Amino acid sequence: MAALGVATSGGNWFSALALGVTLLKCLLIPTYHSTDFEVHRNWLAITHSLPVSQWYYEETSEWTLDYPPFFAWFEYALSHVAKYFDQEMLNVQNLNYASSKTLLFQRFSVIFTDILFVYAVHECCKCIDGKKSGKELTEKPKFILSVLLLWNFGLLIVDHIHFQYNGFLMGLMLLSIARLFQKRHMEGALLFAVLLHFKHIYLYVAPAYGLYLLRSYCFTANKPDGSVRWNSFSFFRLISLGLIVFLVSALSLGPFLALSQLPQVFSRLFPFKRGLCHAYWAPNFWALYNALDKVLSVIGLKLKLLDPNKIPKASMTSGLVQQFEHTVLPSVTPLVTLICTLIAILPSIFCLWFKPQGPKGFLRCLILCALSSFMFGWHVHEKAILLAILPMSLLSVGKAGDASIFLILTTTGHYSLFPLLFTAPELPIKILLMLLFTVYSISSLKTLFRKEKPLFNWMETFYLLGLGPLEVFCEFVFPFTSWKLKYSFLPLLLTSAYCAVGITYAWFKLYVSVLTDPPVSKTKKQ
Amino acid sequence: MEKWYLMTTVVLIGLTVRWTVSLNSYSGAGKPPMFGDYEAQRHWQEITFNLPIKQWYFNSSDNNLLYWGLDYPPLTAYHSLLCAYVAKVINPDWIALHTSRGYESQAHKLFMRATVLIADLLIYIPAVVLYCCCLKEMSTKKKVANALCILLYPGLILIDYGHFQYNSVSLGFALWGILGVSYHWDLLGSLAFCLALNYKQMELYHSLPFFCFLLGKCFKKGLKGKGLVLLIKLACTVVASFVLCWLPFVTEKEQALQVLRRLFPVDRGLFEDKVANIWCSLSVFLKIKNILPHHTQIKISFCFTLLSLLPACIKLIFQPSPKGFRYTLVTCALSFFLFSFQVHEKSILLVSLPVCLVLNEIPFMSTWFLLVSTFSMLPLLLKDDLLMPTVVTVMAFFIACATSFSIFGKTSEEELQLKSFSISVRKYLPCFTFLPRVIQRLFLMSVITMVLLTLMTVTLDPPQKFPDLFSVLVCFVSCLKFLFFLVYFNIIIMWDSKSRRNQKKTD
Repeated sequence: MAALGVATSGGNWFSALALGVTLLKCLLIPTYHSTDFEVHRNWLAITHSLPVSQWYYEETSEWTLDYPPFFAWFEYALSHVAKYFDQEMLNVQNLNYASSKTLLFQRFSVIFTDILFVYAVHECCKCIDGKKSGKELTEKPKFILSVLLLWNFGLLIVDHIHFQYNGFLMGLMLLSIARLFQKRHMEGALLFAVLLHFKHIYLYVAPAYGLYLLRSYCFTANKPDGSVRWNSFSFFRLISLGLIVFLVSALSLGPFLALSQLPQVFSRLFPFKRGLCHAYWAPNFWALYNALDKVLSVIGLKLKLLDPNKIPKASMTSGLVQQFEHTVLPSVTPLVTLICTLIAILPSIFCLWFKPQGPKGFLRCLILCALSSFMFGWHVHEKAILLAILPMSLLSVGKAGDASIFLILTTTGHYSLFPLLFTAPELPIKILLMLLFTVYSISSLKTLFRKEKPLFNWMETFYLLGLGPLEVFCEFVFPFTSWKLKYSFLPLLLTSAYCAVGITYAWFKLYVSVLTDPPVSKTKKQ
Repeated sequence: MEKWYLMTTVVLIGLTVRWTVSLNSYSGAGKPPMFGDYEAQRHWQEITFNLPIKQWYFNSSDNNLLYWGLDYPPLTAYHSLLCAYVAKVINPDWIALHTSRGYESQAHKLFMRATVLIADLLIYIPAVVLYCCCLKEMSTKKKVANALCILLYPGLILIDYGHFQYNSVSLGFALWGILGVSYHWDLLGSLAFCLALNYKQMELYHSLPFFCFLLGKCFKKGLKGKGLVLLIKLACTVVASFVLCWLPFVTEKEQALQVLRRLFPVDRGLFEDKVANIWCSLSVFLKIKNILPHHTQIKISFCFTLLSLLPACIKLIFQPSPKGFRYTLVTCALSFFLFSFQVHEKSILLVSLPVCLVLNEIPFMSTWFLLVSTFSMLPLLLKDDLLMPTVVTVMAFFIACATSFSIFGKTSEEELQLKSFSISVRKYLPCFTFLPRVIQRLFLMSVITMVLLTLMTVTLDPPQKFPDLFSVLVCFVSCLKFLFFLVYFNIIIMWDSKSRRNQKKTD
């Protein structure tokens, strides 16, 4: 402990921040955990007690293994520590087993693997230019960035209350971004390839990686006007990149290919049978679409334009993952969402190719990819918004315009995570932590950019302030009204529709700023 | 204040930590028949809500005083009544007479925890924030850091939100009192302190410094002119606020006497459980409790207490200053804790509060003291199953103090406020230059013993012959350190003005 004190006393604010948040995570151990806790316990049991050939076939529990093989190996490694805590949690038949030692082990495994995240944040802080650094520590971009990342509200509640392992996965992504910023392209590519085989949701941002590496790494030079010089193509670089991706994939999928289980693995990874929206609607385009449908159907019923007997009774927000039939608007198929997503991603990809702006441009494109897939994807989880929020933090400390977009995106995105925690003891925690992060992020970025124009216009201010009354209504007023039984879906619908507006707005604004920005080569004096 | 947002952040961090600690177990959870302090507080709500005010402090068929009878002053009872009215609205079962005994449920726990948080948020936290904002000669950043450290003090958090009590109310009122009298709002200050006294009689530990400081102020203004007016005003305020709080009880003599008997249970013995004070530590070698008759024990403890706090108090009367006042609060409370009769382990919080207030002046020693004070309550916290939150909050507090004050760089004589003392010792002992180094070593040793003892208590089973071995050891070690701190703080007080005179000379 004394050594620890010596380490922090030397003005080393970064380790103090990291240790502080780690301790906060430890305090969150006794909080509520969702079914994801059981999911991961089950995976520990599967990987520990069954041979590899059965990992993707086992279905004693409804929470079958549906992450790529590296994650399964990760659970396998964890299980070898877990057996010293409580052997019983490694039994596949022990459904919903949650002894206090199991809880302790699982919680600590998340906290411990977050070390990678902390390291990644440390590396990211090195990449941003500290030109504007003020005199005071609390006004330095690096300090602000590390608080925004380390103390991120979303990660705290999703990982350390709800229970998931996003911390170290995000760490891998941030680290690979940092490597690309540091011109260590091969390392960045390797890290991202590994990440893809940990959790395939990162496929959303793969186009940005692929194109950036092709454009800015495989082509070694540009023409003076910024367009690509075709004859500068380095075949060697392309081959080595391909080799990295191939080797990583072979390591991950090879064993299952040898067992000829690949189709089974893929059917587990991409369950298209699930509905358009997750149990709770992620605040994206489809949430708005569904909300519109619901409103239209209610109006239709009132005006007797619709026949009540023909309306499907399945309510989307009843808690189970199920199909939802639209009553008025046309139903949406996976193919439609795929096409929408691709169309939404395309402009940003074009930008990356025709207006290369170095790593910063890549980062913008990556965020746009993540956001666009969040907006239009099939069966999107509300947690996926973290995929855009965390990289966006890197941009926010660089430019006032980005900071403004970041704040809108983060505040609404984080608020949309509220329904994840619905138990009473966690209510104060989520409100306090949310306030903590929001107050800090808004005020510190305002201080950072105080010499430029204000971050929000009146409309944005009004919108963000509206989140307060919305929360009061959903959590404190609604449960005591008579609508509670009749319209139980109302708070969720309101939350996701309200947040969807903000996120769509942020997405749109970011797109506009990317498309209208002048190429960096003209603005920067070389 | 240009950095209000940093202060907001700090308050929010404090609140978050408080609420997360409150998710843990409380004292006496699921332990019939007596349960613990949590049940005591619930029981008081039941009693105050269902019985007429005249019966609150009396034994009756509806009010068994042996089962957590009300033994705090009226303000606590009123607070319980207020909480009971809220409880009645939510769930009448929680406060039903007789049948609610030992009531425990998740919802009830949530309610009780929320009452603590609300009281804290209304009384203690604003006082801390205001105190830090009023500090002079400090940058905003330092003020914020100071507030963070005070708000993260683990002892108070663990007792209020883990073990379950409302110390933040009485300590908060006391802090308002300190703020008042330090910034020339003497009447409001004494009113706030009277409220504190009427919330918990343990606030008497702080009463002498208040008395001496205010008396000193009156003397300073001249007892024949303005001083007398102030004195009369103060006396009126105190009497009025006391009468107001005791209104239902002062009408009959028997009522008032009964309340007083409940507040000061002199027949309960020299100390209870394992306390880190002199008497408990001495009893390792000498069973005073059994050797000496009861009234002798009371006399001895009274004499010792008086002797140890007298010098500081006398000095305060003749040289009243806000700084001296804060240090006298520390020594007086510490003397009471170490020597007085019927001390609880939780009473160390009364010493910790004024120590928190001098955190910015002597960060190294204050941090050390606050760590030891939390450690001294270890047996209690372990009994309540609070090991995890204890370790985490102590580490968080330590990191907060270490980073915001860089305490390890502040161990010179000057920064320990021992300069003038060392100079006067050096007149007789020229080689007396090793004090800072000795103190550093002592700190290191103290931290190591605390860590080791904690580890031993948690992992090892005590030998069958001495089932209390570890808790006695914890108390003994803490007691030694508290004695050391008592000497240290007295030295600071005694050599304080000399240093000022020296500074003036050098200027």
